[in-house]
Amino acid sequence: MKYFRAHVLVGVNETSKQAGVSDFISALKAMLKAASLEDEINILETGPLGFFGKGICMTVYPDNVNYENVAITDINELVNEHFLKGRPVARLLLDSGSGFSPKYNYENRIVLRNSGIIDPENIDEYLGTGGYEAWEKALKMKPLEIVDEVKKSGLRGRGGAGFPTGLKMSFTAPIECEQKYVVVNADEGEPGTFKDRLIMEGDPHQLLEGIMICAKAVGATKAFIYVRGEYKLSIQRLNKAIEQCKNYGLLGKNIFESGFDLDIEIKVGAGAYVCGEETALIESLEGNRGNPRWKPPFPGVKGLWGCPTVVNNVETLTNLPYIIKHGAEGFQKFGTADCSGTKVYTILGDVAYPGLCEADMGTTLRTIINDYAGGMKKGFKFKAALVGGAAGVFIGERLLDIKMDLNSLSQYSAVLGSGAILVMNENTSIVDMLWSIIRFFRHESCGKCAPCRNGSEMLYDLINKIKKSQGTIEDLDNLLLIAETMQQTSFCALGQSPIMPIRSALDNFRDEFLAIIKK
Amino acid sequence: MVKTVNVWIDGNHIEAPETMNIIEVADKYGIHIPRLCYHPDLPPTANCGVCVVEVSGNPLPKRACCTPVAEGMKISTNSRKLRSYRKTLVEMILSNHDVTCPTCAANNKCELQTLANNLGVDAEHLPQILRKHKHDESSVSIIRDVDKCIACGRCVNVCNEIQTVYALTFADRGFESHIDTAFAGGMANSPCVNCGQCTVYCPTGALREQSEIDAVWEAILDPDKHVIVQEAPAIRVSLAEEFGMELGTVTVKKMYAALRKLGFDAVMDTNFTADLTILEEGTECVAKLKAGDPRPLITSCSPGWIKFMETYYPDLADCVSTAKSPMSMFGVLAKTYYAEEQKLNPAKIVTVAIMPCTAKKFEARRPELRDSGYQDTDYVLTTREFLRMIHEGNIDFKNLKDEDADENMSFYTGAGTIFGATGGVMEAAIRSAYTLVTGEELEAIDITAVRGLQGVKEATIPVPGFGDLRVAVAHGLGNARIVMDRVREGLAKDGVSPWHFIEIMACPGGCVGGGGQPYGNDMAMRARRGEGLYKEDKEMKIRKSHHNPEVMGEKGIYARFLGSPNSPLALKLLHTYYFKRSTSSGQVTEQATHKHH
Repeated sequence: MKYFRAHVLVGVNETSKQAGVSDFISALKAMLKAASLEDEINILETGPLGFFGKGICMTVYPDNVNYENVAITDINELVNEHFLKGRPVARLLLDSGSGFSPKYNYENRIVLRNSGIIDPENIDEYLGTGGYEAWEKALKMKPLEIVDEVKKSGLRGRGGAGFPTGLKMSFTAPIECEQKYVVVNADEGEPGTFKDRLIMEGDPHQLLEGIMICAKAVGATKAFIYVRGEYKLSIQRLNKAIEQCKNYGLLGKNIFESGFDLDIEIKVGAGAYVCGEETALIESLEGNRGNPRWKPPFPGVKGLWGCPTVVNNVETLTNLPYIIKHGAEGFQKFGTADCSGTKVYTILGDVAYPGLCEADMGTTLRTIINDYAGGMKKGFKFKAALVGGAAGVFIGERLLDIKMDLNSLSQYSAVLGSGAILVMNENTSIVDMLWSIIRFFRHESCGKCAPCRNGSEMLYDLINKIKKSQGTIEDLDNLLLIAETMQQTSFCALGQSPIMPIRSALDNFRDEFLAIIKK
Repeated sequence: MVKTVNVWIDGNHIEAPETMNIIEVADKYGIHIPRLCYHPDLPPTANCGVCVVEVSGNPLPKRACCTPVAEGMKISTNSRKLRSYRKTLVEMILSNHDVTCPTCAANNKCELQTLANNLGVDAEHLPQILRKHKHDESSVSIIRDVDKCIACGRCVNVCNEIQTVYALTFADRGFESHIDTAFAGGMANSPCVNCGQCTVYCPTGALREQSEIDAVWEAILDPDKHVIVQEAPAIRVSLAEEFGMELGTVTVKKMYAALRKLGFDAVMDTNFTADLTILEEGTECVAKLKAGDPRPLITSCSPGWIKFMETYYPDLADCVSTAKSPMSMFGVLAKTYYAEEQKLNPAKIVTVAIMPCTAKKFEARRPELRDSGYQDTDYVLTTREFLRMIHEGNIDFKNLKDEDADENMSFYTGAGTIFGATGGVMEAAIRSAYTLVTGEELEAIDITAVRGLQGVKEATIPVPGFGDLRVAVAHGLGNARIVMDRVREGLAKDGVSPWHFIEIMACPGGCVGGGGQPYGNDMAMRARRGEGLYKEDKEMKIRKSHHNPEVMGEKGIYARFLGSPNSPLALKLLHTYYFKRSTSSGQVTEQATHKHH
């Protein structure tokens, strides 16, 4: 076995690919070879590194040095200075200047425990971290034991609605019928959210293991992962991971002589926000127009092709291996008493280090912004955070110490949503932000129901008028009236959502609106 | 066994089966929940959101049209909060609607208009978001006015779920989403069969017929033209309600009087050619039965059905009777037989047909239906158009004195009149075919097995000298599909159809439920109109087509002109042939059958 002096982890994801990471890695390898270092320095391609710097990022072990925004033109210096002489290149360091260290990002991780550490395209590395031990355990458990364990863990859906996962499984598990399905909602469409992408890119096997456990619990022999079409790398890595599982006998017929069959298939979405709504997703999977269906019947009873179907978010399922392996109690060590576990956030906007992080439920918004994202970008002052995506709420300075968990947020009519945190500086126009959100809803309304179809257009007309300083005080009232009517009468969650950003914007930043309306 | 649950609607304790939706339970109990897209005849589309009610334990209101009742449910249907949201919602819908009520075809019949009025809506309150679109006027039968469409989806439902025609669907997304035909080619380039069920279920005036009122007025006012009018069986039971009379009342003599007042030169009756159809079709049927043909004979009166057959079942076109519809038989005879008798120049004869049907407008324009040397039927007016003309003519319909039709081509039997209800053609045909086969008269002539609104009706009639005559009746094209699939299956399996004789009507309920009937034409109303026709039949002295003296007697049309049923002249004038059509565009691709000689 080769012994390497250092390991260089290069984050390969959609962002770094755009920055030319493939060419960078080839050039780096060539340079190392030229310097006769190819047997000393190991280059590893991995998923997101647990911090989110610009461009191509990499971590060097055992030095524990993080680089960001490196380019081919930096390779010469990196090899000569760092890899040859052991002197990190200061100007490329992630914490150059700010003194920020992403140490938090490696603590208390469940979902991202392997992300940025193992090679996501190599099943052996996942197995080396204890992967698929939970699957082995689950295969020996009775379905209802798994459901009970998940129920006890207190895990709630991480896609936005926060429905108790164990309870959802318990609707489907006892139904006796020929075919049941597990459907994975990986159609991540909430603006500002990309956690599911990075989970799939960084550790696809942990998701597969979660799907397997869920399938066993509810008695489903077929699972579909409905992946957003733009997520090319996720699709590629998931396909590879499924292939590897089949080769290792982790998927297929009569898995490990347990009598349980399971097949996982990937379906690629065509890019409609509404298809993140579980019933619209099912319609789309069936090949129909992605319109939501009325509930009841709920998918758990009558879903895909009329069969009982459990639809879960990527992050939700990725928690299951930990719960089965460490038990409900092990899981409850994370988070708060009434909202256990962790939450993966995507922090973006005017913070120093936008990106991905995993924090305990109940961590305050201030902590997440300051400790995980390095605080505000240099020279900027905090004004507001939009928490939960487009269907989220604006939170101002006053509520920065709000605890980020489902129950605490609901006290302030806020939502955790998909876990997107968009941080805005003092110069950001809330009117413009709201305009952009409303335009999004107008664009993504499926058009099925009258309140959402007409309401989203009407909201867009009004906010346009307001933005152009042609609005009146009556227009502000109408924004609320229409959004509230949409909330009360729309068919699905999409039309019920615009009230969240609109009301919070008008409540917290009313002055800004008053300043630009016609007097 | 369906469980019964206890629910409380606005404080009223109600026991209801748990399979029922809140709105159905409320309707049954007499509590009206405002609604727009919901229709009791159709599966709920749940689009409009107007029927929202508050249900205990739910933070947000629920749609009453698709939420089933559950044990202990406490439902509030008209709280202050709900009234306010409904009002705003209807204001939102109106602001995207071409509000031209006084000139709209659906004025006073429009469900949106009524709802807005009932809720006290302020149409000016919210910003207007209507973007004008071009109407789809490609079809000779139906106009689609997208600006009046509220995208409730009823037309899509009736077209796809009830009629299984699949001409209409939703296109585009969000605010741009609208109802359209495939590839936005227009109704004329779609599999639309012109049945017009979309128009009767449309809650607004977004779907309506291509009006021919102006052309008919022009013809009437032209002194040079001899304008003849015929009325389908269903018309006589579909006018009363408009003038405050009881639904389904037979107003045949007021109808004749009104037509004369409007200025038609000759007032005749399609029922006459309905009787003639029985002789032509019955003779065809008997010949088939006697020859032991294993393929069935299927009726051909319904133009929606004919285009449907040409589109989806052209392989069975040879099973469809070659007899033209009563309307087309009338048209061709008016310009041949009648012209000769009256010594009129057929070029100056204008034939107008008043039909409960939008597909008849398409039928009238079929290029093959010109055996008189002219377009056999010049104009077709729907019941709705006829009612509008009565209003335009300032006619006090209710107080009109009864009048008879002209002597020519008007006399009809009870068999002719029941053509307007599902099963009627079958019943009329059996009354005569029995005699054609056995030479004897059928005594029990009320064949109740083929009456009523069951989707597919079957009966077996013992016919001495032949054996058991197996018949089937289907109304609504979804039901036609069921029957045709079984025929296709039977013929493929052992070459034998499950039935000898089949009646198919495109519209649910038959012609009384036609696509040209007054707006709000639901199944309950169709049943009442059908009862009106059976009542007229029951009261008539002559109830068998072959006893119609104007048809079969010494002075009948066969003796004077046609010779005998299925004679060469009859085959030339009264029979036709069919085509095969594309399932995507509805256009003719080839000829499927040929004309008899």
